[in-house]
Amino acid sequence: MLAALLLVFRESLEAALVITVILAATRGVTKRGHYMMAGIGIGAAGAGVLAIFTGALSHSLGGVGAELFNAAVLLLAVGLLSWHVIWMGSHGKEMARETKQLGHDITLGIKPLSALAIVSATTVLREGSEIVLFMQGLLASADHSAPLFIGGILGLLCAVGVGMVMYFGMARIPLGKLFAATNVLMMLIAAGMAGKAANYLVAAGWLPEFGNRIWDTSRIISNDSWIGKALSAFMGYSATPTGIQILFFTGTIAALVLMARTYAETVPRTASQA
Amino acid sequence: MTKLSLFTFALLATFAAVQAADTPVQTANADGYTIILKDRAWSPVDLVVPAGQKVKITVKNLNDKPAEFESATLNREKVVTQHGEITVFVGPLDAGHYSYVNDFDRTTTGTITAK
Repeated sequence: MLAALLLVFRESLEAALVITVILAATRGVTKRGHYMMAGIGIGAAGAGVLAIFTGALSHSLGGVGAELFNAAVLLLAVGLLSWHVIWMGSHGKEMARETKQLGHDITLGIKPLSALAIVSATTVLREGSEIVLFMQGLLASADHSAPLFIGGILGLLCAVGVGMVMYFGMARIPLGKLFAATNVLMMLIAAGMAGKAANYLVAAGWLPEFGNRIWDTSRIISNDSWIGKALSAFMGYSATPTGIQILFFTGTIAALVLMARTYAETVPRTASQA
Repeated sequence: MTKLSLFTFALLATFAAVQAADTPVQTANADGYTIILKDRAWSPVDLVVPAGQKVKITVKNLNDKPAEFESATLNREKVVTQHGEITVFVGPLDAGHYSYVNDFDRTTTGTITAK
């Protein structure tokens, strides 16, 4: 039961943290609950399907199908998060103002909400399939399956709990500053995912590694520590990063900062654009 | 949206350029190396591979349940289904020890040593 609890907690923590940031970024937006639930639901269903085809996927594309699939899913999330970050750069202040003035929920376009729902779906999909495979293995070799299910559910609840603590912590940030804060977090998450995608592409032999451990901070924050896990979710932390991972991380941050700035300047802020 | 498309295009162009520039690296051993998971042990528990070369490693799982080959130091993680096998390319590695675990049973550890 403990093994199931720990594994499910570990695997679902990343998705829980990413979803928490997205929920914080859409505070006061009507229908965001529907979109997010749909995203999580689609991700979970996809995870089940992916678990069935894991073996086939591994052997596809010359044995690197799984790596390319992971890279593609991560890059999709990077693209959508980037788009949202840039979009928020020009609409965030206006959104905050409107929420304050009207004192009720605001409506956000269908595009930003769908983009964020898909990001949630991709994070659930990636980690969820591992949970399904692990649980399936445990159930196959266990005499009693009930404790395993309970362990798994407790692990999931723990991850949701950590997310909720963070959400209510972030809820104390005034709305005007909240969007700026969540935008920075989303930028870091996107850059971290880009770095992870780069590592998958290296594993597939599509990209050169440019050094397999540029530095080693495993004695300070190891990958297996809880802080390491949380930092991995927020910015793709690795104690022994590859050169290409660092390039993708910094490249994404630079591109996003640049584009958010350019876009915010060229688009006039009018109330009709919310 | 135009800027995003530009960004995506630039990213893809970079991939293509880098891939074209990336000359194929000869693997040290054409068939590569094999690591087998049986019950709760990897064999060989310490695989020695040449440093400074790209190496192909086949990971076989003889158990009745899935496993995940995961190495933080090698930046690799990959699920191996029950009675299945996967291919992992690593390197070129600096000389040293690289540990890995079965992420679904984290007490089952092994190392890869590059010499």
